[in-house]
Amino acid sequence: MPSRPHYTVPARTAHWLMAALMLAAFPLGVYMHELPLSPLKLQLISYHKWLGVAVLLLILPRLVVRLAHTPPVPLPAPTWQQKTARATHLLLYALMIAVPVTGWLMSSAKGFPVVFLGVLPLPDLVGKNKELGELFRAAHEFLNYTLLGLVGLHVAAALKHHFIDRDRTLSRMLPVLERVR
Amino acid sequence: MNTSLPFNAALLAVALPLATGAALAAGPEPVFNQVQADKSRVDFVFKQMNVPIEGHFGKVRTNLVFDAAAPAKSSVRLELDLSSIDAGSSEANSEVLGKPWFNVKDNPTATFVSTAVKPLGGNRFEVVGNLSLKGKTQPLTAPVTVTRQGDTATFDGGFTLKRLEFAIGDGIWADTSVVANDVDVRFHAVARSAGTK
Repeated sequence: MPSRPHYTVPARTAHWLMAALMLAAFPLGVYMHELPLSPLKLQLISYHKWLGVAVLLLILPRLVVRLAHTPPVPLPAPTWQQKTARATHLLLYALMIAVPVTGWLMSSAKGFPVVFLGVLPLPDLVGKNKELGELFRAAHEFLNYTLLGLVGLHVAAALKHHFIDRDRTLSRMLPVLERVR
Repeated sequence: MNTSLPFNAALLAVALPLATGAALAAGPEPVFNQVQADKSRVDFVFKQMNVPIEGHFGKVRTNLVFDAAAPAKSSVRLELDLSSIDAGSSEANSEVLGKPWFNVKDNPTATFVSTAVKPLGGNRFEVVGNLSLKGKTQPLTAPVTVTRQGDTATFDGGFTLKRLEFAIGDGIWADTSVVANDVDVRFHAVARSAGTK
């Protein structure tokens, strides 16, 4: 039985939506914390948190989609590449949860509740505690740069498959590439 | 009426000490004016991007006289050392001392002086007075609840401060969609009655 040619529409939607959220949240996070205190900084911090909460809200249906629909069978590749890809995907899923959660923990510990979109207050995960806030800030930063490295690897591998191996690894997630080819 | 004089005298002998005793137990209505400085607090909650942030002032000088027998004769004077503010983060603490906010260099203190105290029934009162902050003085009314326990009275009250009426956070900070105009202020004071240790 031949494998389905593409990832399902829900899987593709969740993948690219998640990519967009992370692509917006990461540079925003790097930029905003360098800024001196200003109304703009407070706005950007809020937008960054909203994006993070959106990632958390999206990860659950995304995992449901991932478990409900078996993804297309991996294309032929050396075993070490298959294993690396599998490990990278697992870690990416883990970080999609751990990165926003450490951000939320950091916000709670620093005494700033998270109010999603300025209307939905989220419960504080921990009480105000300066040392804990600093710890979660460090964890949030470390996990973010880990995520950045993995996303870089993920993108590099996708581009390698598309342009060097010339296989359908990327177009299964982005069918528009097949139409333009 | 043929009650004998000795009987009346006996009745009086029993009743008088009882009545006096009861009066002594209730005592004359006390005047609370010994403020417990370390127990006085001024806390506030402000909203930035609709996120509630808690803060307080560490140094509050309170003078108050609460006359339980004649509450209308009561008065209160609060003096806040504005540089003792905790606005939720070290970044905010240094920011709010500056010119757009409290400008503590020119206006180091905020004062509230009462002009009238009106009983609202039960243990609730309304304090009317003037708040001076950052060179501006505005009338202010705040409800206060008084809780008495023995020789100690606790005063809890609050009001909503419109920060822009005092130009607190002007210039770029005047945008109330980022920092809301309404600041919820709560105060707490404890005073003992005079003549007690």
